[in-house]
Amino acid sequence: MANSQAVTFHRVYVWELPVRFYHWLNAICVLTLIGTGYLIGRPLAITYSTEAYQQYWFGTVRFIHFVTAFVFFFNFLFRTYWGFVGNKYARWNNFIPFRKAHLQEIKEVLKVDILQAKAKGIISIGHNMLAGTTYFLSFLVFLFQVCTGFALYSSMSSSFLPKLFAWVIPLMGGDFAVRQWHHVFMWFFIVFTIIHVYLVFYHDYVEGRGTTSSMVGGWKFEREDVLK
Amino acid sequence: MAKQLPSLWEAMQAKGYSRREFLKFCGAAAAVAGVKATGMASVVHAFENKPRPPVIWLHFQECTCCSESFIRSSHPIVSDVVFDYLSLDYTETLQAAAGHQAEKCLHDTMKNYPGQYILLVEGSVPTKDDGVYCTIAGRSAADILHETAKDAAAVIAWGSCASHGCVQSANPNPTSATPIHKIISKPVINVPGCPPIGDVMTAVITHLLVFGKVPDLDSQGRPKEYYGRRVHDTCYRRPYYDAGLFVEAWDDEKARKGYCLYKMGCRGPVTYNACSVTRWNEATSYPIQSGHGCIGCSENGFWDNGPFYRHLASFPGFGIETTADTIGTVVGVAAAAGVTAHAVTTNIRKKKIINDRIDRSVTDREPKEEGGDE
Repeated sequence: MANSQAVTFHRVYVWELPVRFYHWLNAICVLTLIGTGYLIGRPLAITYSTEAYQQYWFGTVRFIHFVTAFVFFFNFLFRTYWGFVGNKYARWNNFIPFRKAHLQEIKEVLKVDILQAKAKGIISIGHNMLAGTTYFLSFLVFLFQVCTGFALYSSMSSSFLPKLFAWVIPLMGGDFAVRQWHHVFMWFFIVFTIIHVYLVFYHDYVEGRGTTSSMVGGWKFEREDVLK
Repeated sequence: MAKQLPSLWEAMQAKGYSRREFLKFCGAAAAVAGVKATGMASVVHAFENKPRPPVIWLHFQECTCCSESFIRSSHPIVSDVVFDYLSLDYTETLQAAAGHQAEKCLHDTMKNYPGQYILLVEGSVPTKDDGVYCTIAGRSAADILHETAKDAAAVIAWGSCASHGCVQSANPNPTSATPIHKIISKPVINVPGCPPIGDVMTAVITHLLVFGKVPDLDSQGRPKEYYGRRVHDTCYRRPYYDAGLFVEAWDDEKARKGYCLYKMGCRGPVTYNACSVTRWNEATSYPIQSGHGCIGCSENGFWDNGPFYRHLASFPGFGIETTADTIGTVVGVAAAAGVTAHAVTTNIRKKKIINDRIDRSVTDREPKEEGGDE
């Protein structure tokens, strides 16, 4: 074929095992927290023939929510740590746009995502800058949910960790407000999940670099001429 | 000049009480303040020796429900409190004096017992337009509060008005109603509630008298003893909550069975108060026991956290019936619809995308018989 050249793709090890482990544990936690959290906010209207002493399902749902919250929190702490010691794709500077080129890439990706334009220039092999920035915002929401969640939990716990967050309650004006905002931000996770999963599939398709499978195996693929 | 006041024991003797009656009273007071039996001697000692403190009770922007609650206190009975172990020198609602006489009582107490009198404040202080919305004897509430608080031994804010601002400070707060602790720089004991429980009010005063110091306060200035736990934690309907048995409508079978009122908007899980322990009106009942959810009257800003019959507030700016869940559902559905539309258009363009991306040099090449590209 005279008008085209053979292109060689190289395997790039993008997501290290700790990053992938974090990702999937976080996914499980978030889904569990959404499910149980929604139930706590809006319990099912079921009629039982049993008496209160014969069942404990609502208590169990709450228990699962609390346990998952602890796992979620420590997993999040671990990922923050890995942002300073992990490989260059895991580093903290992937998440904060502070260069002009970063803003340029965000604009580029927005064109690809919203206008469905063909990408000009090169989309980063790790997180693209729009994704990275969105994840940074989501980390802030994680932090907010951790603070408000543990603050609400602090009044029913004598353990050290939740007590650290008791100051949030007077700051936000009482349990009611804290609970309200904790509930509002649950919807962030729901909307995030919908868009995130879709965009992974979409970018996998338009970039052809193995975006979806990369979070399982860690490898992505990049053209040789781009890597050079 | 500070005057020396008689102790409670002296005051009671002067009124002809017997030693036995005095000790009975000490026992009741000790029980209210949560003193254990072995601490009885210190209570008796305190009432024998400590001067009986004069009290100034101020009323600002309020409805007097705190006073109403206070005079229904049953342990110890209010007549004991008011006439025996306090010297209630100034209170607009109960005092016989009026006009200049009343003002004289107030100023005499401040002048004669600086650093000794207890200041009780009921109601919030308006700060807008120089406090013109609440004036007594021609002076603004803020003025009076500053003056009386200056030499007070302790300041107690009665009720949600004085502690948080309550209904007057509800949005849009036309008079800039402000709680006491934001007006004066002294530490304030907040006893919130609309009204607070009468027995809790007398217990806080008893604690001050017996121990001579402010009880342990939490981060919001409330006595931990009475505001340390949520109404929910000690509610007798709590087992229904954990079992997932909820009232769904005010007139359903589940309401008749006395299930948990959580889904009817009960604020018990977010309200710190002693209602489910001490109960009201000589421990007869409390709202949840009477079949109505808690409205969270001792919580900051509870008027703005409506409606009372839903446990999520309506979302500001979206109309009265819109909760976070309604908005969340709309946004969630919109996201799902957007994603679907996006997938559809991507599919329409798929020929172009594939053509752009495909590597013809490879597709046109026959796979080799042996070995890979490696």
